[in-house]
Amino acid sequence: MSREKREIVIPSQLLGDTNSNKAGRGTFIEKGKIYSDRMGLLSKKSDYINVIPLKGRYEPIEKDFIIGIIEEPLSSSWLVDINAPYPALLHTNEVPWDVEFGETDKYLNRGDSIMAKILEVGLEKNIQITLKDHNLYKIRGGYITNIEPSKVPRLIGKKGSMITLLKKYTKSRIIVGKNGRIWINGDNDNILKALQVIKKIENESIYYGLTDRIEELLKKDSKDVQ
Amino acid sequence: MEQDIKFIDDDGKRLDGRKYDELREIKIEAGVLHRAEGSCYLEWGSNKVVAAVYGPREAIPRHSQNPLKAIVRARYNMAAFSVDDRKRPGPDRRSREISKVISEALEKVILTEKFPRAAIEVNIEVLEAEAGTRCAGLTAAGVALADAGIPMKDIPVACAAGKIGSKDDYGKKIGGNIVLDLGKQEDNFGDADLPIAISPRNGEILLLQMDGHLTLDEFDNALNLAIKGCNIISKIQKEALLQKYQVDMEVD
Amino acid sequence: MTLTSSIKRDYFYNLVKNGKRADGRKFDEFRNIEIETGFISKAEGSARVKIGKTQVVAGIKMDIGEPYPDSPEKGVMMTAAELIPLASPDFEAGPPREDAIELARVVDRGIRESEVIGLDKLCIVPGEIIWLVFIDIHIIDFDGNLFDAASLAALAALFNTIVPIERMRPNLEKLQEKNPSIKIYLEEHQKDYQLPMNEPPISCTSVKFNDVVVLDPSLDEEEIAEVRLTVATDKNGDIRAMQKGLNGSFTIEEIKKVIKASIDNGKEIRSKLEKSTGN
Repeated sequence: MSREKREIVIPSQLLGDTNSNKAGRGTFIEKGKIYSDRMGLLSKKSDYINVIPLKGRYEPIEKDFIIGIIEEPLSSSWLVDINAPYPALLHTNEVPWDVEFGETDKYLNRGDSIMAKILEVGLEKNIQITLKDHNLYKIRGGYITNIEPSKVPRLIGKKGSMITLLKKYTKSRIIVGKNGRIWINGDNDNILKALQVIKKIENESIYYGLTDRIEELLKKDSKDVQ
Repeated sequence: MEQDIKFIDDDGKRLDGRKYDELREIKIEAGVLHRAEGSCYLEWGSNKVVAAVYGPREAIPRHSQNPLKAIVRARYNMAAFSVDDRKRPGPDRRSREISKVISEALEKVILTEKFPRAAIEVNIEVLEAEAGTRCAGLTAAGVALADAGIPMKDIPVACAAGKIGSKDDYGKKIGGNIVLDLGKQEDNFGDADLPIAISPRNGEILLLQMDGHLTLDEFDNALNLAIKGCNIISKIQKEALLQKYQVDMEVD
Repeated sequence: MTLTSSIKRDYFYNLVKNGKRADGRKFDEFRNIEIETGFISKAEGSARVKIGKTQVVAGIKMDIGEPYPDSPEKGVMMTAAELIPLASPDFEAGPPREDAIELARVVDRGIRESEVIGLDKLCIVPGEIIWLVFIDIHIIDFDGNLFDAASLAALAALFNTIVPIERMRPNLEKLQEKNPSIKIYLEEHQKDYQLPMNEPPISCTSVKFNDVVVLDPSLDEEEIAEVRLTVATDKNGDIRAMQKGLNGSFTIEEIKKVIKASIDNGKEIRSKLEKSTGN
């Protein structure tokens, strides 16, 4: 059964011109014409022509909430993998602990996961992150999975509708990083269920009516949730 | 032996039955590998190539980084079993040269300024070779890059044209036919081979090599023919990319 | 080096302690196996094997050459494996590293020691000219358990292999001057024929983590594995090859369990192999 889906555009596809539109995300301008620079979904908002990429690394933006994995403790900082083209730097000044020089591995080691925030993105794309905020910390327990960063808005849904549905029916804590990493905490069966549904949302993100279909699926499997 | 072969007969049919401006059969599939960020499997005549893209990711070693843009590293490699006489594994000089010209072609269309200090790695593996592997490789690489979501101005495509059958029964050069997409025999015994790659949107030439002997007129003909071929293949690339998302979802 | 979050490791440890694997398989269950043969016409034999998402291509090329001095009437086989950068973000280009070398040698031993290839039937002129069999393994997509996928691909490709008399005839005829006995060989072998093969051993790999042993590890499971054991068994349930890898250890009980799982799964995989190669 074929379902209605949003329009997919490919790199070099002509989308409009600068006389009537403005070039948004995922586009480039050449001789007054606007083209797509990626495989993505066409999205027109006000006069802006945007292309939402179907795939691609996370592109860090200041103030974004992300989930990172420690790559390497250095003497006064840590290198952190945030699913971007570059690792991020977490300085000992930006953590809630008093860390002595050379003692970084006592607090965070390779493989540890953290809830963090993008502090700054420099000209050469040097990325700095911070743990200094009430909702940022070292993660314990649960499971971390990944989806394409461009699909995070779909997973969250309009005003959080999709993610709220998911949390309710799987009775799990679910926290979504803008970089596509998702932390799920609950009992193993619920985590497994949440993973399955997240995968489905990721695969079907290009189709309309997804929220309703997901709700149906979740309701079918749950018996004791109101 | 060359004199005994009629590369193109009086009805305009080549050794494999094609007309002068006909391409071999091409099949393209996007997104065939799980680990790679973008990938493509391509069959062109008997050529079979796989291309995979990783990145953009920080370029290593540090000294190879360009502070203003990403570097593009294409690696073209032929499997030991891809040719008649087994090829020793590992890059030889020919593979390294092809890797270089493909990297340069791809660099032109990728928006590398978006990723300073990073590297975009393109791996092209030839599983079976039958003349025209560099064109097949670059064409597959273009699809793999688009599949990976690498920002590009265009999807690059490659094709070759050449000259065949230009000796008379006494082995004397008399003229020749410009044909599209040389097959194995045509490549081995032909008089010229012109592989090119273009940016189909504006026809810019990204890769150009010529091997053999062509007059100015012959070159013009060959170039135009190769560009025509590129445009046909460009459509196949684009269909393959959209095909990936055409799969109907199962009803639950 | 792939970065695995310690959370993932803890989650997997937890799952197995509760008798489960992340992809829902039983501890001694293989992922779905697909075998396709003969798709590379340039090669004398070829096969593509998928175990779950791991994908391996093997190609067989043959040539004529000199025998080893200590086995003057036997053909020669050589195995090479490439962990090409295509298959994983962690595979680098360049000369084969230890993993590729270990892989090639383990696959090679499994085939050589069990005399799967009828090397004694690959003699052209005793002491002078024999057939060379090159097995080249290319990992295309890496999602765990390369040993079994590579072994299976090599075997399937070998069963698909045709000795290329026709392609090599000109070369052999050239050598006839110096070696008149080639004429006899060519008279007896006029056309391409199937590579002589014997019963194959089937390789099954297991890994251990958190004191639990699982068969056919996925990539996630391999990343947190403490120790690995590959066991190749034959049609009669006898052991033909073993290789322990990584720096952990097994108890004898665990080894026995792994052997049993290998024998059981070996049977199924062997019949799959026979079906796909028409043997």
